[in-house]
Amino acid sequence: MTLLDVKNLVQHFPTGRGKAVQAVNGVDFTVDAGETLALVGESGSGKTTIGRCVLGLIQPTGGSILFHGEPMGGRRTLRSPELRGRMQLVFQEPAESLDPRIVVGRTIGEPMAALGASRADREKAVRLAAQRVGLPERLLGSYPAELSMGLQQRVGIARAVVSRPELIVLDEPTSALDPSARAEIIDLLIRLQKELGTAYLFISHDLSTVRYLSHRVAVLYLGSIVEQGPSAELFAAPRHPYSVGLLASVLLPNPELRRESTIRLEGEIPSPIDLPPGCPLEGRCPLAIARCREMPPVETVSPGHTVRCWRHADVAQMEQAVDYFERFQIEAERILTPAPSKQEEQWAN
Amino acid sequence: MAMARDAGARARGGSRRLAFFMAVLRTHPSFALGYAIVLMVVLLAIFAPWVAPYPPETADPVAFLQPPGWPHLMGTDATGMDIFSRVIWAPRIDLSIAILGTLLSALIGTTLGALVGYYQSVRGLGRFGAGFVMRSADVLQAFPVFVFAIALVAVFGQSLQSIVLAIAFVNAPIYLRLMRTQVMSIRTMRYVEAAWLAGMPDWRIIARHIVPNAMAPVLAQLSVNIGWSVLLTAALSFIGAGVKAPTPEWGSMIAMGYQNIVTGHWWPSIFPGLALAVTVFGFSLVGSSIEVLSDPARRRRLAGRLETVRGIAP
Repeated sequence: MTLLDVKNLVQHFPTGRGKAVQAVNGVDFTVDAGETLALVGESGSGKTTIGRCVLGLIQPTGGSILFHGEPMGGRRTLRSPELRGRMQLVFQEPAESLDPRIVVGRTIGEPMAALGASRADREKAVRLAAQRVGLPERLLGSYPAELSMGLQQRVGIARAVVSRPELIVLDEPTSALDPSARAEIIDLLIRLQKELGTAYLFISHDLSTVRYLSHRVAVLYLGSIVEQGPSAELFAAPRHPYSVGLLASVLLPNPELRRESTIRLEGEIPSPIDLPPGCPLEGRCPLAIARCREMPPVETVSPGHTVRCWRHADVAQMEQAVDYFERFQIEAERILTPAPSKQEEQWAN
Repeated sequence: MAMARDAGARARGGSRRLAFFMAVLRTHPSFALGYAIVLMVVLLAIFAPWVAPYPPETADPVAFLQPPGWPHLMGTDATGMDIFSRVIWAPRIDLSIAILGTLLSALIGTTLGALVGYYQSVRGLGRFGAGFVMRSADVLQAFPVFVFAIALVAVFGQSLQSIVLAIAFVNAPIYLRLMRTQVMSIRTMRYVEAAWLAGMPDWRIIARHIVPNAMAPVLAQLSVNIGWSVLLTAALSFIGAGVKAPTPEWGSMIAMGYQNIVTGHWWPSIFPGLALAVTVFGFSLVGSSIEVLSDPARRRRLAGRLETVRGIAP
């Protein structure tokens, strides 16, 4: 069942003198109930802007966002009574997402209060949410500054799940955390999705986390989705030069697993003001040809896997579909699953 | 790592905060002086009837313009009233007017400022209303403070209420601007966005998340402003637009005494003038101490320093 359907989303921020920052340029994607779609890209690729549009924190310049098949915007927002508490958000910076002057128990209960729950119901929901995210009940009376970053992020997640939303937008929820807290939070997010069946729109630049958490991946570059597909397939056989470059840049814990790539991206992501009409990667792409000055169409390479590149067939040839994916998965699980005995073994060596 | 606290631990947190406060006073002796001055002035105002040796409004026609000494510590004025007693009684009027006026201005200013800061980005009524309020504040602040206060007293008549109102109106734009900028920055905080997305009504977001987090500079401003307002009250009384003689009030006392300075009788003006200056100074010091205490960056620096020296932290 399609929960969220984003069609041709455009977000331009005027900068004066007729110019505009073209943050998002016609993005299409869907999120099904209970699945995780990851939006990945460098900073400046528009991924956070898309998340904020979906939540209604900013008004998109164009396109439509359908939640349960009906468009958002106008009178139908997350604040309107029928949609309240059905879509939630987890922020990147745990400390800034919690009011420093309010005890975390009350913060967690806020979405329930907005739903008009009675005091008893609210307290029950808060205790349940705290239990779900592994936040000890005795900590509900503490202030955010008294908690570690990992615990603060658990509070943020508890606030997001307390109203049992159908969709949670995760805006880089782990990038501010240290590695051990990150692993715990990722495990927690996966467990919560299994328990509650919540769909995630997972915004991240951290590909190893994305791989571990998401069912499908959309790769963003300068406000356009350049490639989209099931994450297993996209990680194993990327078809867009940018996806290849991005995957090559991942620092895998085991250097032998590092993807050997024939494509290296040079330079920085260009300014999103006054983009040229062609492929946005044209200036940085080692495979660029004259035709890349025109915008390539979205082509389907296999069911659910689409790519926007004139030379995707050539990329497929160059990238000898070596399936690093399974090994990647095993390595990631080994690192991310708390297994003290294994770690002790490592330390012993 | 900081872990949760039960009720007992929170009480310990309170006593630690007090210890931190005391440590700040020790490292900044001028702040201690400020608190001492303010405390003394307030206590004198409260206990004036018991402290003052003479009734403040009774003239002794025989003992006029007595120099400072015994039994008149600060001498007597031209009508024979005891200046020491009157200096002690004066803060009852001066402080009441200043505190009332300042609180009223803070109430008006912060309320409007919070609304303007929160709603000014809303198209239509929000932007229009915010523009209207801010331009009104511009007009208000374009007048010289003193001229504006005199005009208000002239319109509403010479009474205590008029002076309180004058102080409230003159100072309200300060709080309006202060609160507006605070709210504008806090409004974009992630926790406000979270509350907004949860569907919490605007007024509750303002009351629960925005105003409490915006109040620190307002509190610092309050103390400084009470000092100024004492000065304004005295100034209005000095030119005869404020409190009238024989009510004991520093400004009118200075006014009553200044003709005598040329004949060498300096005490009827100098003593109330000194009291006024010291009081304003005291409130300014308290204001800067609040600013230091509530600035997280300076607070942390200070705490770090204190921790290494004495093992005390906030």
